[in-house]
Amino acid sequence: MSKIDDLFNNLRRNNQKAFMPFVTAGDPDLEFTADLLRTLDAAGCHLVEVGIPYSDPIADGPVIQASYTRALDAGVKLDAILEMLKSVTSGISMPVVTMVSYAIIYRVGIDDYLDKAIAAGVSGAIVPDMPVDESAELAAKCKERDFSLIQLVTPTTPRERAVKIAQQSSGFIYYVSIAGITGERNSLPSDVVENVGWLREQTQLPICVGFGISQPEHAEMLKPVADGMIVGSAIVRRIGAIEDGTSKEGALADVSAFASEMLSTINR
Amino acid sequence: MPTSFLDSPSPDASLPDENGRFGDFGGRYVPETLVRALDQLEAEYIKAKEDPSFQQQLDILLRDFVGRASPMYFAKRLTEATGGAQIWFKREDLNHTGAHKINSTLGQALLTLRMGKTRVIAETGAGQHGVATATACAHFGLPCIVYMGEEDVRRQSPNVQSMKMMGAEIRPVTTGSRTLRDAVNEAMRDWMGSVEDTHYILGSVVGPHPFPLIVRDYQSVIGRETIEQSRERFGRLPDAVVACVGGGSNAAGMFFPFVANTDVPLIGVEAGGRNDQPGEHASSLTYGKPGVLHGSFSYVLQDEDGQTDDVHSASAGLDYPGVGPEHSHWKATGRVEYRSCRDDEALATFDLIAKTEGILPALESSHAIAKGIEVAKERGKDEIVVVCLSGRGDKDAAEIRRLRGE
Repeated sequence: MSKIDDLFNNLRRNNQKAFMPFVTAGDPDLEFTADLLRTLDAAGCHLVEVGIPYSDPIADGPVIQASYTRALDAGVKLDAILEMLKSVTSGISMPVVTMVSYAIIYRVGIDDYLDKAIAAGVSGAIVPDMPVDESAELAAKCKERDFSLIQLVTPTTPRERAVKIAQQSSGFIYYVSIAGITGERNSLPSDVVENVGWLREQTQLPICVGFGISQPEHAEMLKPVADGMIVGSAIVRRIGAIEDGTSKEGALADVSAFASEMLSTINR
Repeated sequence: MPTSFLDSPSPDASLPDENGRFGDFGGRYVPETLVRALDQLEAEYIKAKEDPSFQQQLDILLRDFVGRASPMYFAKRLTEATGGAQIWFKREDLNHTGAHKINSTLGQALLTLRMGKTRVIAETGAGQHGVATATACAHFGLPCIVYMGEEDVRRQSPNVQSMKMMGAEIRPVTTGSRTLRDAVNEAMRDWMGSVEDTHYILGSVVGPHPFPLIVRDYQSVIGRETIEQSRERFGRLPDAVVACVGGGSNAAGMFFPFVANTDVPLIGVEAGGRNDQPGEHASSLTYGKPGVLHGSFSYVLQDEDGQTDDVHSASAGLDYPGVGPEHSHWKATGRVEYRSCRDDEALATFDLIAKTEGILPALESSHAIAKGIEVAKERGKDEIVVVCLSGRGDKDAAEIRRLRGE
């Protein structure tokens, strides 16, 4: 039983849903990211995705791209990110998963990456550029370590394939609400509830929905079918405001207020 | 007349395998959102390949619209000045639009129509692929959007004008190094959200399966014609074949028919830039390591964290930190030898070819010719070296003047 399995078992027992923010490691610096993680935990967030900055993130929209560029320009390195996580994870209760390109995992080495991430208290990984067809080796090595490999299902995924992905996934399934890149949307596709509802019947795994979600109304809409909701750009944009003169304390307070609003909508 | 070269096809002729792998290299490292479109593209490509009417349609276009077969030309004065083997140019610069890129964009535009897709996107570096895509789209009446790094928009402005005149929309890319790699990123992001009605006409033998296969196959007309023309002219195959490698499409098209069936030495030429330090060149095979970039596993220039290095080449079309997976396989098996050519050697070769042959070669092709001359010097007067002159250099005239401070 991984920490993520425990989380969703507890939530399901209490008939609750997860709110899962995404943050970029090292934007604008790692000390701030550490404060941000503690703030999100204190606000009651259930799980956090930590984005490992990558130079060529093709699934990401302008907001997350810009945050990766800020972090890389500031010189953030993988080892320093994992050290920061190690110092934070023991003091927070929400599980941490990394959103990380396979370009990075391959370069570091699958075994080394997983061992270092586990030592840093990380519970799982989302690898957005690794479809299920390429994931056998990584999935096997994650399984050996009881480390969750969260795979993605999208609106363009044929249903038969979605079932296969669900079988190969662990921790939870990441349902991508829209065919497109990350970024805030005013409205979500009308068939997202139906699609998640269908997937719900195919698997016991929790299903969390991300991409485009940025408003309490989205959470309201997804509540009946999803186990969790992932919000990235709407958080990262609030951090990006630091570059334009917002104080770090101000950004933390803004994110904290937004997280609380989403949490109260989700578990009202 | 040797007849043996068709007798023993190399096992490499059947690659990629069903997983899109050339040995260890290739595959599909893309977001799940794109997988269905790649499956659909692969299925349509295979269907088209088995459809004689498709091949006939493409052959007629290549003959009447592009002007194929492209000539093979004896560079007599260059040969005399070099003092080694005979140097011949495969004249892809004489194709309509001035480069080899049109060979693949017409094939892919036909696939776009077959798939019922109604919009085309493309990336471009030097602008040759952008022009060739805009041309194919104008020919078939398809809307066309071209992503091009801001730096390349500046240094390849004649091509930008041509694309616009043919109705394409240019979207300058201002992220990262503002060159080819960033243009690929932006095109991929567009495709993530438009995949249902849009085909991405990728310009090189890079990216996720099946792109390296499709682009190679459509470009292989270069190598097939070279084999045919060599047998007609010389009664035999050349003693060496040379082509430049950025992503590697003209080289893959030139080399594949030889790799498949012969043991003719093949030499690929990468952009050596200013020197061999990271950031100063674009020689992925010479100085890089296997890794993942833009959807495939291949040689790449990266730091120890897997972040893509900035690269440099005077030539926009070679200014790319990765290379097609099949080239990585050919390097690993030793079938192709890869050399690296510096900016200054390429510029000097551009001058030499202009003055001795009355041809302005593209800066990309000038890299190949520079090493073609080197190879010719290593060989006797009876031997034949064919260099792929992949494109014309008119587009580079202004940039060359700027680099020289004129």
